[in-house]
Amino acid sequence: MAGYEEIVAEIRDGLAPFAKEGQTVHEGTRLVEDLGLDSLKVMDLLLEVEDRIDLSIPLNILADVQTVGDLAQELEKLTQEQ
Amino acid sequence: MAIFDKFEQLAEERRRLLEGGVSVDPLDTVMGRVLSPTEAIVEGRRTILAGTNNYLGLTFDPDCVEAAAEAARWEGTGTTGSRMANGTYSSHAALEQELADFFGRKTAIVFSTGYQANLGILSSLIGPDDTILLDADCHASIYDGVRLSGAETFRFRHNRVEDLERRLRRLRDRSGEVVVLVEGIYSMLGDRAPLAEIAEVTKAHGAYLIVDEAHSLGVLGETGRGRAEEAGVEAAVDFVIGTFSKSLGAIGGYCVSDYPELDLLRYTSRPYIFTASPSPSIIASTREALRILQERPELRVRLWENAERLYRHLEGLGFRLGPEVSPVVAPRLPRAEDALALWQGLLEAGVYVNLVLPPATPDDSSLLRCSVSAGHTPEQMEAICTAFSELRDLAHGA
Repeated sequence: MAGYEEIVAEIRDGLAPFAKEGQTVHEGTRLVEDLGLDSLKVMDLLLEVEDRIDLSIPLNILADVQTVGDLAQELEKLTQEQ
Repeated sequence: MAIFDKFEQLAEERRRLLEGGVSVDPLDTVMGRVLSPTEAIVEGRRTILAGTNNYLGLTFDPDCVEAAAEAARWEGTGTTGSRMANGTYSSHAALEQELADFFGRKTAIVFSTGYQANLGILSSLIGPDDTILLDADCHASIYDGVRLSGAETFRFRHNRVEDLERRLRRLRDRSGEVVVLVEGIYSMLGDRAPLAEIAEVTKAHGAYLIVDEAHSLGVLGETGRGRAEEAGVEAAVDFVIGTFSKSLGAIGGYCVSDYPELDLLRYTSRPYIFTASPSPSIIASTREALRILQERPELRVRLWENAERLYRHLEGLGFRLGPEVSPVVAPRLPRAEDALALWQGLLEAGVYVNLVLPPATPDDSSLLRCSVSAGHTPEQMEAICTAFSELRDLAHGA
């Protein structure tokens, strides 16, 4: 079962293609404002992470997600529930 | 005003798009006067319409127009009321019966728009304890409907059956019902769902299957019932949702099913209850169009001839298109500026198509989305193809 650090690493890997040159992705990075992701790309990111860590991730969590850290926390909660 | 600050990025993107010197806003084009299902005056110019979803070309059919006019004269211009109050006329009930008969189903419900059909069915039929799996490329009305349902929602990669199956497996221990949502033909690239395979895995996992046939009604299937009929899996589809605003040339939506309990949604579905019912003229022309759809299969034949012609022509010009021939033919351009230049060039050459920009497109490309009609004449198809040929060089990277 994936732990918090592992989840953050997976998210960072998934987000690497969206980072601008010289931009590092960290827990405080905002998905929309800092990385410029639109709603579709955020949902596509969930698809990727779902399969990488074999976890069912509902779209519903996105209402509470602004940063990489928010997302990691939601996913950690889900790993514990599942 | 501060309340609009959240739209600043959008406003900036629009400014940038229009800076390129386009004379007409591609996202706000005004049809000066519509002359026929396939022609309008746009910017003072006679223009062939190649982006209207008017698949059977019935918007000017004399029988449909006369039925609408007659209904307005006899029953008035609007119902001014909800179906639950004063808004159910005998014609609404008759259309519901005719839809049920056409689809060979027990029950049908009519909604005021296709958007509301998805909103009304999905938000009400599916509850917070249920689970939804939807194709990633589903229409916005489906996304909005499932959001209102409160159910946990998971996407699967577009048309990838193994992706759906993996998710169904992961979710197998859930309590509540599992609902799979797909479309017959997807609106942006015109590709069909692999519905036989989807139906098989959905049923193997005991889930419900809902198919939106908005772009496939009157287009696919032996009798025009859509993708489920074509794929031979109508019995596996629990609910069919669709619209009157494409092949039937009007506006409105419907859901048909073999579950008689579907009627209970008339008392629970807020997008059904808290809006006025469709005007008598709309219902009348829709009934007539549904009759024509059944009586004139040659319209479908002509539609597919036109689809084949445009697809093969654009393929020959080297455009990247959707994966299969379809009445929706959508060249994909990597650069929005090229798409805009080509869109403008086509309009100046007297051809209107839809410009679709990300994130409304399935990937980062922009689309010059064409939809052909049974109403397009061979001469009009020739003119559309010629315009693309002459302007091909504007799309550098496509």
